[in-house]
Amino acid sequence: MAKTNFDQWADFKGHLWKEEVNVRDFIQHNYTQYDGDESFLAGPTEATDKLWGELSKLQKEERAKGGVLDMETEVVSGLTAYGPGYINEEMKDLEQVVGLQTDKPLKRAFMPYGGIKMAEQACTTYGYTPSEKLHEIFTKYHKTHNQAVFDVYTPEMKKARHNKIITGLPDTYGRGRIVGDYRRVALYGIDYLIEKKESDFIEYERHGMKGTDFRLREEIADQIRALKEMKEMAAVYGYDISKPAANAKEAVQWLYFGYLAAIKTQNGAAMSVGRISTFLDIYIQRDMEKGILTEEQAQELIDHIVMKFRMVKFARIPSYNELFSGDPVWATLEMAGIGMDGRHMVTKNDFRFLHTLENMGPSPEPNLTVLYSSHLPENFKKYAAYISVKTSSIQYENDDVMRPVWGDDYSICCCVSATETGKEIQFFGARANLAKCLLYAINGGVDEKTKQQVAPLYRPITSEYLDFDEVMEKYDQMMEWLSKLYVDTLNMIHYMHDKYYYEAAEMALIDTNVRRTFATGIAGFSHVVDSLSAIKYAKVKVIRDEDGLAVDYETEGDFPKYGNDDDRADEIAVWLLRTFMSKLKKCHTYRNSEPTTSILTITSNVVYGKATGSLPDGRKAGEPLAPGANPSYGAEKNGLLASLNSVAKLPYEQALDGISNTQTISPGALGHDDGERTNNLVHVLDGYFDQGAHHLNVNVFGTEKLIDAMEHPEKEEYANFTIRVSGYAVKFIDLTKEQQLDVIARTCHDRM
Amino acid sequence: MNGYIHSTESFGSVDGPGVRFVIFVAGCPMRCQFCHNPDTWNMQAGEQKSADELLSQALRYKAYWKDGGGITVSGGEPLMQIDFLIELFRKAKEKGVNTTIDTSGAPFTREEPFFGKFNELMKYTDLLLLDIKHIDEEQHKLLTGRTNQNILDMAQYLSEIGKPVWIRHVLVPERTDEDEYLKKLRNFINTLNNVQKVEVLPYHTFGEYKWKELGIEYPLAGIEPPSKERVENAKRILTE
Repeated sequence: MAKTNFDQWADFKGHLWKEEVNVRDFIQHNYTQYDGDESFLAGPTEATDKLWGELSKLQKEERAKGGVLDMETEVVSGLTAYGPGYINEEMKDLEQVVGLQTDKPLKRAFMPYGGIKMAEQACTTYGYTPSEKLHEIFTKYHKTHNQAVFDVYTPEMKKARHNKIITGLPDTYGRGRIVGDYRRVALYGIDYLIEKKESDFIEYERHGMKGTDFRLREEIADQIRALKEMKEMAAVYGYDISKPAANAKEAVQWLYFGYLAAIKTQNGAAMSVGRISTFLDIYIQRDMEKGILTEEQAQELIDHIVMKFRMVKFARIPSYNELFSGDPVWATLEMAGIGMDGRHMVTKNDFRFLHTLENMGPSPEPNLTVLYSSHLPENFKKYAAYISVKTSSIQYENDDVMRPVWGDDYSICCCVSATETGKEIQFFGARANLAKCLLYAINGGVDEKTKQQVAPLYRPITSEYLDFDEVMEKYDQMMEWLSKLYVDTLNMIHYMHDKYYYEAAEMALIDTNVRRTFATGIAGFSHVVDSLSAIKYAKVKVIRDEDGLAVDYETEGDFPKYGNDDDRADEIAVWLLRTFMSKLKKCHTYRNSEPTTSILTITSNVVYGKATGSLPDGRKAGEPLAPGANPSYGAEKNGLLASLNSVAKLPYEQALDGISNTQTISPGALGHDDGERTNNLVHVLDGYFDQGAHHLNVNVFGTEKLIDAMEHPEKEEYANFTIRVSGYAVKFIDLTKEQQLDVIARTCHDRM
Repeated sequence: MNGYIHSTESFGSVDGPGVRFVIFVAGCPMRCQFCHNPDTWNMQAGEQKSADELLSQALRYKAYWKDGGGITVSGGEPLMQIDFLIELFRKAKEKGVNTTIDTSGAPFTREEPFFGKFNELMKYTDLLLLDIKHIDEEQHKLLTGRTNQNILDMAQYLSEIGKPVWIRHVLVPERTDEDEYLKKLRNFINTLNNVQKVEVLPYHTFGEYKWKELGIEYPLAGIEPPSKERVENAKRILTE
């Protein structure tokens, strides 16, 4: 291809990114570090206040209507399915960034490709009648992902799924977790990207092509079609995105169109935005140097794109909402981090994104993520901590452990998992319930709730007291069975997803020669650790029912628990992670993807807990599991830092998909005033991450506030009261009562 | 040697500068009406732990301290176990750890053998949080069951030797928040030249359940935490 040079690239440095699609190279050559404090920031403009006021009204209406404001039933969502839509038709000139998923704000699109049953059930749940014609099309003439998966599942897989030892599988909706490099739309324009894909199409011709080659060619063709449709989609709003963005406003808009293409075509559980902050700062900085953009205008652009991220909605069914409570979409967006050359990547824009939480109040979306290192500028660390103290809306992930694995241009593709932007995707794989697996080991593969023989008929444990060595041997075998079944199931899901619900728009913004990870997950982590510790260090008596099935346990004596910085328990935790991961690595994974795992549950810990019997650690049948990698309820006896130290011992390289930890600190326990709280929180983050820990959700509020919000959700102050739960943020009043009680019951560090 | 320890807290952020490992010792001679840790009164109820053991436990949190943090011994009354404290702090200083004592001053006297030991302890102590419960002798007796003369003397002594202190005052409505006494306390503080900070701690009722658990009648039953205005008022009088 001839050397390209666009006028829109004037003043930008570097050359590699001009010769190939390479946004990272562009960023590294052009970003401006910022070491100062937040005093330069601008408040909301009048337009922002008006639009946000309008959107707040709509959100209120949405809540009053039971969670859904409006829903499509007649039109299948697609890039060009709708004409333009605005927050408010009369205010459309105020919108600096335009584009809605449908024709109306907060209206949920009809997305049948993941599964027509689910799409229809979502409609009927909220009182809408799905179209008969679409029903006919997607049952009679066009297969969906869901149908295809169930066509090939083995009876054993169905049983394991039904008994919830593997759960949360993305077999009824979009798998998500694929982050298009939306920045490419702004930097290169669509035409250039089409040219690149066309040349890939030629380049990937082979002699003696076979099935996998055909698949790739078909995928590239789909991607090119999606790129062309993106141009049409933008044209509806009066924009021509065939060429690169010429200024900051266009860059923000172009990038958003890329993302809009993704959320119009996919209803993935996680639809991340990616690492856009530093990138956009380059355009803002250039315009400011030219004198054509003020700080107020720059902040307005960021406020408005964030407003759009706050509006992303999907039609969901009740069982989905139970798993992922509070209507999350994981529009995850990253800030800060450090470059491979050692320069920190904090720009003024990172402050601006955090500042949206002040200009428009707290919000769960976008899922703002600080890529943390103790080497980030003190001013930025303090401002982020201050925003945490004020809004409990942001999460922190350790750039120092992720950078060596993923480089300095990775995005968080869901709650906490990293993927290299534009170069890599992830096959999302839900979770295996390792706590239930332990019970299967004791009961010889019989489910303790349904009494079905789910796993192979291994010999159960029959002794009155559990013997550690015997349990470990049987648990090892049961994990071996589970890991294999789990990966086999996921392989089928992803094969069919590629076939019937391929993410053409997102993949169009990712390198054709893409790397893939295969992201499994663990649920019930802390309970397994404590149970094994109880069996090892105390005496655990088995209570059996009339069928001889172990249904409860009596534990005599004390035993070390995970979450107290006690190596005896924490070593079991590390062992468990390593063991499960090593079993996953033995399995063949679809498209030669690299297996990883996470210790992350989202709010599904409540549902998983319901389906899991009593455990030797003292947790009773039906009680929620601890979320993510968190220690169990009430297990932490030595305060916050002891708990953090335990979690920090889990090796990130064994759980590259993420180790999620959520901690709530009461303001009084964090310091006497906001100044002290901010400084102390920075110390906590520095200390935790310097030890190699991966992730931390920080909440700063007391239990009293949660109880009051649960009892008085109508109070104005709680309308946007946001809390961090495992892996994302949520408006507290949008959680189910059960989940609210669960959040309240969790350890709040409040020693006075 | 061993100390009698009630409990430890890995994340103390309100008992001295920065992030601190807090050791709550067991045993206290005072019987303050507003005590929120009455479960620490009895020394025998504590668990015996060695200085080395505690120090190695504390050092696990060094990563969180950075320049500001360290260890604080609170209680209970730390000065009741002064021999143990000397060993703990001497060893802590060998490791470069910032040391702070949160004390009521009740055991203080210029008599031997205490005074000699106290001077030894001060060699290894960076900061004292001195809680003056009440400036008025009679009121102090009513509130805590003991005189405040030796406590005020300790404050003066620490001023003489130039040892940094933070003065703390728990603000209890109807007991310790009258302007007259607050002003008297301020006047006393003005005579000291080692005070780095004065902290007003609003009384809270979180400890009430512990009294019930211990089967002791709660003397402040019915008294609510002070209003924001009263807290601001006390801060104004004591610090501005």
